[in-house]
Amino acid sequence: MTRYLEKQTIISGIGQSEIARPSDKSALRLTIDAALAAVADAGLALSDIDGLATWPGRMESDPGLGPVGIGDLKEALNLQLNWFTGAKESSAQLGAFINAVAAVATGLARHVLVFRTVHEATTRRATGSGTAFTTRRVPDARFQWQLPFGAMSAANWTALYAQRHFHEFGTTREQMAQIALSDRRNAQLNPKAVYRQPLSMDEYLSARMISTPLCLYDCDVPVDCATAIIVSHVDAARDLRAPAIHVEALGSALKGRDSWDQRADLTTMAAHDASAMMWGRTDLKPADVDTAQLYDGFSILALLWLEALGFCGHGESGGFVEGGTRISLEGELPLNTSGGQLSEGRAHGYGYVHEACLQLRGQAGARQIARQPQVAVVSTGGGPLGSCMLLTRG
Amino acid sequence: MTDMLANEAPLPVLTPETTPFWTGGAQGRLMIARCGACRRYHHPPTPICPHCLSFDIMAEPVSGKGVVASFTVNHQAWLPGMRVPFVIGLVELVEERSIRITTNLVHQSLEAAYIGQPVKVFFECHDDIWLPLFEPDDAAGDAA
Repeated sequence: MTRYLEKQTIISGIGQSEIARPSDKSALRLTIDAALAAVADAGLALSDIDGLATWPGRMESDPGLGPVGIGDLKEALNLQLNWFTGAKESSAQLGAFINAVAAVATGLARHVLVFRTVHEATTRRATGSGTAFTTRRVPDARFQWQLPFGAMSAANWTALYAQRHFHEFGTTREQMAQIALSDRRNAQLNPKAVYRQPLSMDEYLSARMISTPLCLYDCDVPVDCATAIIVSHVDAARDLRAPAIHVEALGSALKGRDSWDQRADLTTMAAHDASAMMWGRTDLKPADVDTAQLYDGFSILALLWLEALGFCGHGESGGFVEGGTRISLEGELPLNTSGGQLSEGRAHGYGYVHEACLQLRGQAGARQIARQPQVAVVSTGGGPLGSCMLLTRG
Repeated sequence: MTDMLANEAPLPVLTPETTPFWTGGAQGRLMIARCGACRRYHHPPTPICPHCLSFDIMAEPVSGKGVVASFTVNHQAWLPGMRVPFVIGLVELVEERSIRITTNLVHQSLEAAYIGQPVKVFFECHDDIWLPLFEPDDAAGDAA
């Protein structure tokens, strides 16, 4: 398996800004906070950083989702770069991380700082709108098949998957609720989480609907936040301040349609393609995974990722999470231990990477999994966007 | 415009490939790209057949009959003044069940939609665009 070059890379440092709704700080300032924290965490100097990657890059059409680009951070920190990328057309949020791994493995850069910044709390407060699609004509032709019908949010697009899953497999709201309830229990142990008050099944079931069967608590919470992760060559591991986290395997495949509504099986997503690729690049098996940090921008997505990654069979995720014990901090597969995007906040993919590293290092504080995890899986994305990776401790 | 069934949501920008789909409603026809070589439909339309790579692509009218593959009742007003709730449906075409159209399911109560429901197309004009909306097809048998 050594021919898979991601095994030549490690996560050498992690950093995260405050998580706020909203923050007093600009998006660039939050990004700088995260970047400097990650560099200090790794025991590196800014002059060691010779690569920079982000997803989706600066998006003028959606400044909440893409407020900071490569050039903004390079200029602010006077970085001297050998390699950089910031592009939305890749396999979901982790696409930038995967590009960084490739750059380090091929020697284009030695230490790549990967960042993800969101300023959605501030932007939504300013515009009073839950969507960036406020123009009379669709600003992005990819979304012309949904937007004209008022299907203006990924909440609608993923609700269609959820309804189909409920129909085919008998999945229930009570089962899907376990993602939200488990997230909230974990968030109560995370001082940075946005939502820390207890959430009961009754409150979940009586919450207002957003797009059936998804209620308010099935949808993640927009925040202002930046996360930075440093990818380095494994040769650098001995020089680091923090324990190195090894990249064991990546999954970035998209074999099915690049579309929210045309994939042959409406109960699978790009997640299934990416997962199959990832397991093909490692000797590890799902049973070896000690904690899962799975994309839960909408609770149904975490269920679909559990199936995609093979923790349970196709259609069996409802039963897998039933009662919530199995995915709890004390369970066999602790899930989204920081509270996930539903309760910690929508750091948009990189919160999961940050949390996986904390858990693997044994630095997760009150929410640390008692039996030290050795293997973590991280996933990002939904619909035609999907990417995942396995991380291991030392 | 308050009698319109679709909301005042963003409209597509017409291109050579998409014009038949978004304007066929002017003649009451749902136009789907079809390959002259292998005769398979594909959607969204592209200038080459993704199945056999032939450039012999024409938009052809289909019956406009379909089956609900999934649906959701949207309660959130994503835009100021958006009329909610309304039903978003995902409709498979009877001619080619692998082709789906995201649309609105109308002319029935919010609770009436179900997976497997037979539906038929009609069109609503917004500027230069004819949106294909779907309503119950009471004449059709249950096609789940």
